[in-house]
Amino acid sequence: MIRNDVAITPELVKEHGLKPDEYDRFVQLIGRTPTLTELGIVSAMWNEHCSYKSSRIHLRGLPTKAPWVIQGPGENAGVIDIGDGLACIFKMESHNHPSFIEPYQGAATGVGGILRDVFTMGARPIASLNFLRFGEPDHPKTPHLVSGVVAGIGGYGNSFGVPTVGGSVGFHPRYNGNILVNAMAVGLARTDEIFYAKATGVGNPIVYLGSKTGRDGIHGATMASAEFDDASEEKRPTVQVGDPFAEKLLLEACLELMKSGAVIAIQDMGAAGLTSSAVEMGAKGNLGIELDLDKVPCREEGMTAYEMMLSESQERMLMVLKPGMEQQAEAIFHKWGLDFAVIGKTTDTLRFVIKHEGEVKADLPIKELGDEAPVYDRPWVESPRQPVIAPGSVKAPMTEAEALLKLVGSPDQCSKRWVWEQYDYLILGNTVQTPGGDAAIVRVEDGPKGLALTTDVTPRYCEADPFEGGKQAVAEAWRNITAVGGLPLAITDNLNFASPERPESMGQFVGCIKGIGEACGALDFPVVSGNVSLYNETNGQGILPTPAIGGVGLLDDVTVNASVAFKRNEDAIILIGATQGWLGQSIYLRDICGREEGAPPPVDLVHEKRNGDFVRQLIRSGQVDTVHDCSDGGLALALAEMAMAGNIGAMITAYPENLPLHAFLFGEDQGRYVIAVDADVAADILYEAGAIGVPAVVLGVTGGSSLILPGEQAISVKELKAAHEAWLPDYMAGKA
Amino acid sequence: MKSAVIVFPGSNREGDVVRALRMAGSDIQKVWHAETELPKGTDLVVLPGGFSYGDYLRCGAIAGRATVMDAVRAHAARGGLVLGICNGFQILCESGLLPGILMRNANLRFICHRQFLKVERNDTPFTKAYAQGQAIDVCVAHGEGNYTADEETLKRLEGEGLVAFRYSDAHGHVTADANRNGSMNSIAGIYSEKLNVLGMMPHPENLVEDLVGGTDGRGLFESLVSFAKAA
Repeated sequence: MIRNDVAITPELVKEHGLKPDEYDRFVQLIGRTPTLTELGIVSAMWNEHCSYKSSRIHLRGLPTKAPWVIQGPGENAGVIDIGDGLACIFKMESHNHPSFIEPYQGAATGVGGILRDVFTMGARPIASLNFLRFGEPDHPKTPHLVSGVVAGIGGYGNSFGVPTVGGSVGFHPRYNGNILVNAMAVGLARTDEIFYAKATGVGNPIVYLGSKTGRDGIHGATMASAEFDDASEEKRPTVQVGDPFAEKLLLEACLELMKSGAVIAIQDMGAAGLTSSAVEMGAKGNLGIELDLDKVPCREEGMTAYEMMLSESQERMLMVLKPGMEQQAEAIFHKWGLDFAVIGKTTDTLRFVIKHEGEVKADLPIKELGDEAPVYDRPWVESPRQPVIAPGSVKAPMTEAEALLKLVGSPDQCSKRWVWEQYDYLILGNTVQTPGGDAAIVRVEDGPKGLALTTDVTPRYCEADPFEGGKQAVAEAWRNITAVGGLPLAITDNLNFASPERPESMGQFVGCIKGIGEACGALDFPVVSGNVSLYNETNGQGILPTPAIGGVGLLDDVTVNASVAFKRNEDAIILIGATQGWLGQSIYLRDICGREEGAPPPVDLVHEKRNGDFVRQLIRSGQVDTVHDCSDGGLALALAEMAMAGNIGAMITAYPENLPLHAFLFGEDQGRYVIAVDADVAADILYEAGAIGVPAVVLGVTGGSSLILPGEQAISVKELKAAHEAWLPDYMAGKA
Repeated sequence: MKSAVIVFPGSNREGDVVRALRMAGSDIQKVWHAETELPKGTDLVVLPGGFSYGDYLRCGAIAGRATVMDAVRAHAARGGLVLGICNGFQILCESGLLPGILMRNANLRFICHRQFLKVERNDTPFTKAYAQGQAIDVCVAHGEGNYTADEETLKRLEGEGLVAFRYSDAHGHVTADANRNGSMNSIAGIYSEKLNVLGMMPHPENLVEDLVGGTDGRGLFESLVSFAKAA
């Protein structure tokens, strides 16, 4: 019999984030009152973060397969085949709640966690990206959060030694009480040397590796599964502390150990630490697990079984080793100065048994901890439809030149140099395209291949129309990869939403998932890994629905690529894709007219694919080296960014007569690219486009030192750059 | 040329410098921090970039006292070549092989960006492939690169021509704007008295290929290889 010293009261159950009916289900499952340790274990396994209980039934509908997918969702990270015996392993994960409470450590351990997910599978990390959303700039907390999060991401990645090559930073009042910090890691492994979490064999040693266990992070996953209130900062002690040096050693030691052939299964200790990693290894392998906590290396004295099972101390791994290889493995870990301890074994009982100080502290059915977690089909309502805003109904409050100058220096559209200069984006010597373009490009080993990487979503579109917004997020990632010459292969999704217990936000989740699924299917761009982050709300105010998409694409020859910068004078500027002047939910409507309203631009996935395939083929055949997609701020912002990046001006002369000029310049119609080519080949490209029904039109020509929009005062590229570069440094210095 | 690249726990740019040395034609051996000797026939010792031992103490402070550093000091005393880049420069200062110290950047933040350097002299084993006064386009990536020394040391460095590189603009003008980490006299790298030890914050090893930003960093590695061949 298991001794039970602590009375399990309804209050205690509630503190563990379990609903009364969830607790009843658990009692029924084990046939008795649980111990405190068991209550802790089930709260860790059945919270939203670990169990996906609200999201699971909807996620099933996502496309996850393709001939190049080696491993879809369900493992530590997704795996795709990129040829030559190599696999790309990647995933994105949120660390929103901890980063709001303690921005530096929250963000740092977010990066650490996702890097670990990738090298747990045998991959050496080669790139890191992120997706960040903060509250409005005027909110008193925002500068502090920006400063801490950026320093934390840099502090961890720079020391670990992975280039942070891309990301997205934005501001919106709806993130005032709940920022988003999503980190993505990308690694490389040989396709025949990939490691999984599934344990095999009875009586095999379970080994604890890495840093020691302390009291940090206890209940972190439970915290991440609850909404916030004003007292949330009191939760600071539940935020973990990162040690990138230990992680770097852990990486080298793990990869060395994997090469030795000693590893049967491996799982990192992330959310819910030892509990979640051990249960997953056993449950996936249809095996029981027995742990002796007396053997766990602890940082603090007198830790209880409860604390050890729920600690989220960082930089730790759990492995199942081949019997007889313990000594060899131990030698490798000691060389790297890391802890190594055999703490248990696999069994054939399908029980999860925890022993501590000669006593059984928990004895639970292992499959049920994972498989029998509650699954909810939560009530949801469809988001109300927003009216389509006719281009002609929006009056221009200022000239187009004034509007453009204002937008390039606005918080969301300004240069994020202040942020990415704090990240080492050049280490490893393979960064072919640095931050600031459409997608980053990193060379694969010594070439010739390369990977194109991006993170995207337009939350205001998702809020106005979850289905179209979900589609657009995937389409934009696909487009950004295409714009540098990559063939989009797969995505990881990081689904940030408000409380699933409110039907409106559940409806946003359901709508976005449908849109993501539709676009992934149409664009052959499956989901291979992901993370769901719900309960992103404070005092009942939810965030904008923000399903961040991390996209990966392949360049067969990394030297053949395109970038946004204008490169020559007198190139013809061509717009690919159709323009209706869609101003609903546009940046122009919001930041120039002060109206955040209307239906967002729809994405026609057939046109999207056709236009993108055309542009990619132009890049790959060497005809085009200058491409930028049109997204926030439309055509005008795309042109300005191309001019600023290349220090070359442009004169735009052609525009449709039937549209207001500001709708043509600032409308956010989807599936469009601006390219610049030698004027001599422009006619050929228009002909090729026409032959397959891709809309293409010459807008003007590059050259000079100013951007000249039709009928407008010239804006010098110097002036554009000054406005573009000034806002963020000024703001962070307290001057904006 | 035979190069020994020292690897400390927490080194992370050793692969980058190995690639640059290999492209220049050097043989390379990696040497673990716990070793007591360098490989026989070592011409050049490289202390690569990174965060040795986590750099939780003063940067380079623990590495400067690592076992292998006795062998490195002996190599330098014999007149052997030593190159310390970024964390390697910090380690050289902490180990007593170079004077001064690297403080936190003036803006107190980590900075990663492209950076021009003015080559102060081209008559050393490290810079023969460059022209004197040439501006080379490399990059920096550091949180603590703010070179600081007492007045007497600075005077000696300047007086004896021991400044190797200064932060400059694209035309080789040493300006305040170009000196983003706040280093004294815009110093980006310095030599030992006998010109056989060079410590520098910027990363020439990351600018050795057109595909990845440019090739201005190559000259340093090519200079070393041709010097070793001639010797």
